[in-house]
Amino acid sequence: MTALAAQVGHIARRSLVRTLRQPASAIPPFIFPMALLAVTAAGLDSATRLPGFPSDSFLAFFLAFPFIQGALFATMNAGTDLARDIQTGFLNRLSLTPMRGAALVTGHLAGVVTMGAVQACFYLAVGLAVGVSIASGVLGALTILGLATLIALAFGALGTFFALRTGSGESVQGLFPLLFVGLFLSSMNLPRNLIEADWFRFTATINPISYLIEGVRSLIIEGWDAQALALGFGMAGLIAVLSLTASAWALRGRLTRT
Amino acid sequence: MRRGASFRSVALAVAWRVLHNVFTTPSLLLPSLIFPLFFFTAFAGGLSRVDNIPGFDFPPGYTTFQFVFVLLQSAAFGGVFTGFGVARDFESGFARRLLLAAPQRGGLIAGYALAAVSRWAVTATILTVVAVAAHMKVGGDGVDLFGLYGLALIVSLAGTLWATGVAMRLRTMQAGPIMQMPVFLTLFFAPVYVPLDLLSGWLHAVAKVNPVTRLLEAGRSLIAGNPSEVGLAYGVAFALVAGFALWALRGLGSAERAGG
Repeated sequence: MTALAAQVGHIARRSLVRTLRQPASAIPPFIFPMALLAVTAAGLDSATRLPGFPSDSFLAFFLAFPFIQGALFATMNAGTDLARDIQTGFLNRLSLTPMRGAALVTGHLAGVVTMGAVQACFYLAVGLAVGVSIASGVLGALTILGLATLIALAFGALGTFFALRTGSGESVQGLFPLLFVGLFLSSMNLPRNLIEADWFRFTATINPISYLIEGVRSLIIEGWDAQALALGFGMAGLIAVLSLTASAWALRGRLTRT
Repeated sequence: MRRGASFRSVALAVAWRVLHNVFTTPSLLLPSLIFPLFFFTAFAGGLSRVDNIPGFDFPPGYTTFQFVFVLLQSAAFGGVFTGFGVARDFESGFARRLLLAAPQRGGLIAGYALAAVSRWAVTATILTVVAVAAHMKVGGDGVDLFGLYGLALIVSLAGTLWATGVAMRLRTMQAGPIMQMPVFLTLFFAPVYVPLDLLSGWLHAVAKVNPVTRLLEAGRSLIAGNPSEVGLAYGVAFALVAGFALWALRGLGSAERAGG
């Protein structure tokens, strides 16, 4: 058990240090979501005048967005780094050591989740600094951080699966536009009941990302909404479980091949 | 060979090569086609209720309102995507050989610009077909639409010259964010989602002085059939082209001094 924990620790530290040493990986998750938050919140502020809009501040309404976009970056960073390990032969060399597969995936994801948690703290701090108040209070803010970390784990595991399955950084990068489309075809800009186009409302309703956003958003603008939280945590947990299972399966195949 | 003829032959050769590369490589072609469609779908579909905001007055509707933004965005980003190709040429060493072989090096920039504009024409056609299929209402007549697409074409040229200037100075694919981010931010610091009058706070102040606002508002007035400040918008567009042409030519000089 101690050996496994040590292995996880080594891999987690390596994952974290590697991300921090690459400004091109470490900086965008902090800058891009904030830039989009600034322009969208200011550009759509007048949408709060729509009858039935759930908040009088579009900034508060839209603050959930960076948490999800930041998690998408976690997918890319997790997947690209692992794919690079495969492409450079690092995974091959690792497979010759007593390192266990579970330690590799867990350690790798521990680094991703740590980055995700740091990003979430940053987004929350920026939100509070620009005047957003969290309707669910201090405990709600902690719950937001918990949900954001779970979402980072879910997407990180998804990136890990793609990296293990394809072994190609380019393929993992190719996943980003797809996830980005998924983010935009959700309820990120307007509540689902205010989306006018039927096909878009339907797409947003079957899109799991809508529930992740709504889970975070409910804590910011509404307070404690059991249904939104259950759906948010449930969807993030489901994506995490499915992605981790798929990653474990892909890892077995990858280690067999190597 | 006469000076003009050699300039033209360099430009046509470069344009042909870029277009051949782009249209035979899906990973280069698809992003420039898909991203505008995606933004159009996300904005026009997801935000259509926005035209119910009190004070929102654009008779053709929100789909048309967003179409103009996405058309101009696709034009500017078509230029940026071409800039990526220029950077790739420098990174691979191909541009070095081009600089050695071209008797008129200004023709290189002209060739990249010609390719960008041709490439954008395809994107604009597909975007327009999709918008019409999505029941976009057009109030303007043929002359108005000619004015709108002409304006977008000049924006495409300006975007290409900007990105080419960056690519020729930095000569690496890592310059991608430097080409993209200023264009992205300048576009989004304009009245993207609602008219200028409905913006407030810092964004209203920035949008008022942002030249892209003039382009957007003129473009929207043209498609609505109620042209307004079109001359000013064309003036802004031509000024951008002139400024970025100088920027690109100096970039070429920088590349020449560095030996490609």
